[in-house]
Amino acid sequence: MNFKIPFVPEQASTMARDVDHLTFFLVAMSTFFTVLVAVMVVVFALRYRRRSADQVGSSFDNSSLLEITWTVIPLLIVLFTFVWGAKVFFRLYRPPADAVQYYVTGKQWMWKTQHPTGQREINELHVPLGQPTKLLMTSEDVIHSFFIPAFRTKADVLPGRYTTIWFTPTKTGRFHLFCTEYCGAEHSRMIGWIHVLEPDEYQRWLASVPVQTSPAIEGAQLFAQLACDSCHRDGSDARGPALHGLFGREVQLADGRRVRADESYLRESILSPGAKVVAGYQPVMPSFRGQVSEENVLALIDYMKSLTAGESAAAGLAEGAAP
Amino acid sequence: MSAEATVPEVKPNYLTADHGLKSWLLTLDHKRIGLLYLLGVSFFFLLGGIFAMLIRLELLTPAGDMVQPDTYNRLFTMHGVMMIFFFLIPAIPGILGNFLIPIQIGAKDLAFPKLNLLSWYLFMAGGLATFGAIVTGGLDTGWTFYTPYSSTFSTTAVIPVGLGIFVNGFSGILTGLNFMVTIHRMRAPGMTWFRLPLFVWSHYATSLIQVLGTPVLAITLVLLVLERAFHIGVFDPTRGGDPVLFQHLFWFYSHPAVYIMILPSMAVISELIAAFSRKRIFGYHFVAFSSIAIAVLGFLVWGHHLFVSSQSVYAGTVFSLLTMLVAIPSAVKVFNWSFTLYQGAVSLHTPMLYALGFIGLFMIGGLTGVFLGTLGFDVHVHDTYFVVAHFHYVMVGGTIMGYLGGLHFWWPKITGRMYSEFWSRMSALLVFVGFNLTFFPQFLLGYMGMPRRYHAYPEEWQVLNVLSTAGASVLALGFLLPVAYFFWSLKFGAVAGRNPWGARGLEWETDSPPPTLNFDQAPVVDHEAYNYADDAATPGMKPLSAH
Repeated sequence: MNFKIPFVPEQASTMARDVDHLTFFLVAMSTFFTVLVAVMVVVFALRYRRRSADQVGSSFDNSSLLEITWTVIPLLIVLFTFVWGAKVFFRLYRPPADAVQYYVTGKQWMWKTQHPTGQREINELHVPLGQPTKLLMTSEDVIHSFFIPAFRTKADVLPGRYTTIWFTPTKTGRFHLFCTEYCGAEHSRMIGWIHVLEPDEYQRWLASVPVQTSPAIEGAQLFAQLACDSCHRDGSDARGPALHGLFGREVQLADGRRVRADESYLRESILSPGAKVVAGYQPVMPSFRGQVSEENVLALIDYMKSLTAGESAAAGLAEGAAP
Repeated sequence: MSAEATVPEVKPNYLTADHGLKSWLLTLDHKRIGLLYLLGVSFFFLLGGIFAMLIRLELLTPAGDMVQPDTYNRLFTMHGVMMIFFFLIPAIPGILGNFLIPIQIGAKDLAFPKLNLLSWYLFMAGGLATFGAIVTGGLDTGWTFYTPYSSTFSTTAVIPVGLGIFVNGFSGILTGLNFMVTIHRMRAPGMTWFRLPLFVWSHYATSLIQVLGTPVLAITLVLLVLERAFHIGVFDPTRGGDPVLFQHLFWFYSHPAVYIMILPSMAVISELIAAFSRKRIFGYHFVAFSSIAIAVLGFLVWGHHLFVSSQSVYAGTVFSLLTMLVAIPSAVKVFNWSFTLYQGAVSLHTPMLYALGFIGLFMIGGLTGVFLGTLGFDVHVHDTYFVVAHFHYVMVGGTIMGYLGGLHFWWPKITGRMYSEFWSRMSALLVFVGFNLTFFPQFLLGYMGMPRRYHAYPEEWQVLNVLSTAGASVLALGFLLPVAYFFWSLKFGAVAGRNPWGARGLEWETDSPPPTLNFDQAPVVDHEAYNYADDAATPGMKPLSAH
């Protein structure tokens, strides 16, 4: 199907077609009503045009039947539209369970991206065709927004929290990436490209990019450097909770709340440790705000995610990676 | 036009009753204050328009080659600030609302004439402070002031402009309050609520939003100023604040603000369609209550500006549903207006051309609002030119068509003179064509992915941008033309007489221009609004004493 619909950008993700179908419905519905009203107005204006200077209109000026008709029909149509739109939205915001996670950090005025295997890029991201891909995004300064028109998805990228988008590319090629939240002087140059490659080509590309460490290993080094392991270690006398198998688990907090240990929780616990203290521990951890960059935090989180339960841990990976 | 049968004795009217600059600057006459607003609003509109033309010229070519990015960012920010806070919001209530509400309800003035004058001074003070900030360096945050860019990163005049808008807000609050009290307390004997012209109903709804919504904007701006000056940490994430909280507060006012702009325009449109169809507005009660419904629902939909801003999916879903509901009262209005023409006596004088143009632009603006309220669609076009096109159709198309239509309709009442029918029809045509040529291509650009607030763009989008800039030039011509023939009419225009359109309503039963106290004898009302069908004999020719 190579027919190109004018003014519709390339459909290059699994979601693109769903969004376009919704658009076609909206355009058809709107065209119908616009034409209906336009025809009504033109026909009435001509048919009932004033023929003498003192002519007046009739006294037919209300009808409950008509009022009910043009209240109820539009109501049903917008409710139908709402449901359809919400369904597409839920799909847009629910990444598949097998999505591979990449990292995006926005700053004035560039996009820094990192592959799970450690390769870093600026204003570009290479991804393999057909792979469900999830981006975990944050900002170092102001609010940005990550927008790929060909994939019909975007999300704001905020300082101080994580947001995500996902897509499964269905077409190889190069696609626009734009920042769509005004972020200062060079906002319109905070642009780039998403490159979709055949899977084997992607592997070759990965191999061609020099990579120092994967985020998890970099995180392990940081973990040792920052002496996190002096408290977060195994053993009953540890001052901080152990981190193995923590990611994704429910955590019991000292104030009685329970939270899921996701990226946002881990990030907050590094930067504002007092905000959510784990039950059974004292609020003694210092904040690492200002000492670690957003990319460092992402690396630390990736390291913590690599610590599976039962494995005795931290040390091994960190020592192994240390020079 | 049907000339009045009255003897042309030289009777003082509100314009000739007093002379000198002081008599204008200290006037308590609602009609003169309306004209003061006309002066201020026109000045700010001119400024905003110049910024708009510079933006369109820059976007004529894909490369950002005419002005520096910093300059471009100041241009679109000041365009937005000037147009929204100092043109779109005050234009119709300030000029036409002030002039007409007391006359239409049969009162001598607003309830609080001094407060009314104060409103104008606050409006001018806010506007000039903002203008001063432009001259001394400008503002580059966008009219939306999103944090933390505005609170921490921008190096421009956030505080002066913030305070300018803050001061101007009180003008809106006081005007709204004044209108509400006036409508409640000052109606002429016999002028019951359901005999009010729909112009008054719609302004009542507007006042409700002004009084309830503007304080929230004031609070938000104060927080922003405090954050910027003293780093109190409400919005700054590095101090534990939440930048998205700002967006919630900002849109809690600024979404209803769209209805502050469009409801007065709808107020005008109802009058125009009734007058030029010589027929009572179809479904009067439905049109009246749909204004109130829009005002109330308008407060519950702000979250649709935050669909992609990390707001929870569930909140987004609720806001989407509520947004859909606003479409209903809007649709009810459009259908009732259209059906008013049915069995009417329709004439296509200039004001009616503007009214029909309004219906066209508002249909497109309103329906694309349904597009944007649809979650799955919004994600793709959020913060693209699709949104720019949509809100220009609603706010500018909607408000300016009503504003110009109203100005043409009541110009003979305000000045006592007629303007050139040929040239005014030309201007209506130019505005309608120019508007669509400017903004329709932007829907397409937005769907193709062009982000808003971009100083440069990929080459494949040039053709549509050239069309848009060409449209802006036509539109500018359409706006300049009325300036010429309105001035011309003051000296050379035919004398209008009391009721040049043969319309119903108390304002057409007094002199043009009206006397300072509006009526020679206090009116008593014994019939519904738009009673064209009551007696078929020469409408509007009835002398006042018949009541």
